[in-house]
Amino acid sequence: MSVVALRSRRPGQRWASFGLHGFLIFYGLLTLTPFVWALLTSLKTVREIAVAESVLPVALNLDAYRQILGSEFSTWFYNSMSVALIVTLASVSANTLAGYALARMRFVGRGAVFRSLLLIIMVPAQVTMIPAFLIVARLGLADTHTALVLTSVVSIGSIFLMRQFFINFPTEIEEAAKLDGCTPLVTFLWIVLPMAAPALATQAIFIFMGVWNEFMKPLLYISSIDNYMLTQGLNAAAKQYEKSAAWNIIMAGSIVSIVPILILYIVLNKYFITLNDQTAGSK
Amino acid sequence: MNAGMKTAANTALNSTAVRAAASARSNRDASAAWAFLAPTLLLVAVFMLGPVLFALFASTQKMDLIGGHSQWAGTKNLQYLLDDHKFWAACRNTLRYVLFVVPLQTVLALALACVLNGRVKFKRGFVTLLFLPTLTSSAAMTMIFMWLFNNNGLVTQFIQAHFGITIRFLSDPAWALPVIMLMNVFSTTPHFMIVFLAGLQNVPRNLYEAMELDGAGALARHWFISVPQLAPITFYVVTMGLIGCFQVFDQAFIMSGGDGGPEDSTLTFTLLIYHFAFKTYNTMGLACMLAVVLTIIIVCATSLLNRLVKSEGHNA
Repeated sequence: MSVVALRSRRPGQRWASFGLHGFLIFYGLLTLTPFVWALLTSLKTVREIAVAESVLPVALNLDAYRQILGSEFSTWFYNSMSVALIVTLASVSANTLAGYALARMRFVGRGAVFRSLLLIIMVPAQVTMIPAFLIVARLGLADTHTALVLTSVVSIGSIFLMRQFFINFPTEIEEAAKLDGCTPLVTFLWIVLPMAAPALATQAIFIFMGVWNEFMKPLLYISSIDNYMLTQGLNAAAKQYEKSAAWNIIMAGSIVSIVPILILYIVLNKYFITLNDQTAGSK
Repeated sequence: MNAGMKTAANTALNSTAVRAAASARSNRDASAAWAFLAPTLLLVAVFMLGPVLFALFASTQKMDLIGGHSQWAGTKNLQYLLDDHKFWAACRNTLRYVLFVVPLQTVLALALACVLNGRVKFKRGFVTLLFLPTLTSSAAMTMIFMWLFNNNGLVTQFIQAHFGITIRFLSDPAWALPVIMLMNVFSTTPHFMIVFLAGLQNVPRNLYEAMELDGAGALARHWFISVPQLAPITFYVVTMGLIGCFQVFDQAFIMSGGDGGPEDSTLTFTLLIYHFAFKTYNTMGLACMLAVVLTIIIVCATSLLNRLVKSEGHNA
């Protein structure tokens, strides 16, 4: 009876599997189309775009990329890269130290600090953005990358993540280190930190990506063209190139801005998924 | 006897020594802990806590950009907001945005996750490919979408060629916001898909197997097992989606060149806050008031959602 039932379901299952793959391929193509379209456009000339005769470029034309490399674009790229790297380094250090202290060290006020941080995380960025701008201006940091760094270092989400990570960490090793007379800092740096490498990597990726893709903050803090971040510069350049319908240059700029994150993603693929596991579990 | 006294004294001595050492250690622990927390707490105080308090104060003031001149305005800011048609336009747009984007991205992300959780070839490849829009910055994504929906763009041309209608997506007030909504769904769906996928990995396999033995089809299995089992994660996804939609700024700013046009059709809450703060004079307090109002709306919406989910749980 059951054997017959199983057999009779097989063709149905095959069709279902066919359908599922079809759905995935369809959505995959849908995802890919805008990017391919952008890439193809970046290889065309302005004339080709205006005539709009064929989807494919007539010849492999790298003029748009050449023009971008010769413009302020490379400065913006450098700005974004250096700010993102500095923030990542500072932020990972600060968040990890804080997360460790909140998870593992005993002191009066630990619960209160943790609860206050969780309260602050709920305030939307819109509330703090204007007063933070005024403070940055008062400190004489308007139009500097320091302003971007200082306001981006703290990531309460990451502190929370690291706290959860350290709470599940085996205690015996730290206790042994303490008995051997290690100070808390030595224990942290030489014993705890090396074992936390995967968590540090996930944190670093998402912080870097956040700074690299940020748009609103540079828009508020940075005003001179030489100090622009890449996203902001892309927007400013697009406004200018749109007038001459130079979509090839705008698309080339967009593609170039995606490349570093894409490389990071491909190299550190497994960490991306891990972080999402943890976020899904903790929130 | 003597020896016994000595031991007792020794133990007493030892235990005080141990206690003293322990308290020294806990003191050292506490100061180390505060040192570990110091950079974070300092920055939180200056750039988060301070600003929140300042925003609350400023929302009751009439204030210019530098914050030099301010005078008490009481609830006049709120009154002004309620009388401003731009405020209501932002409300309308944001509400439409939430009602369209949140359900669509949640359902789509869940469907994709369920499919990817099954027996699928090239699973890793598909996940990598689908994740691409989430990696892309909002600025680059908006550029690409503007070019897709431009008068010469791929989508516009396609519709023109196959349906014979010309839609000016970016300059038509009826179409500008839907394009941004679509872009939002496009770029946040993969992120939530991964969140669902991680959640699905924790659903016990034997639930599916039991139901399969009972002769239930794949769709039924997902509807009766995956969907209820994923309820907490769905709650997370809907909440985060809601918060994200209420705060949408980048795409609307870039697409409209910063003014929320055409005809205020892409004016969002955050864009309006930006305007009051930096584009019009003496309205800094108004901007802060609007930010406070936005916070209250978000808190109300999420707690309403929480209540809804809880009551649902009781009924089931």
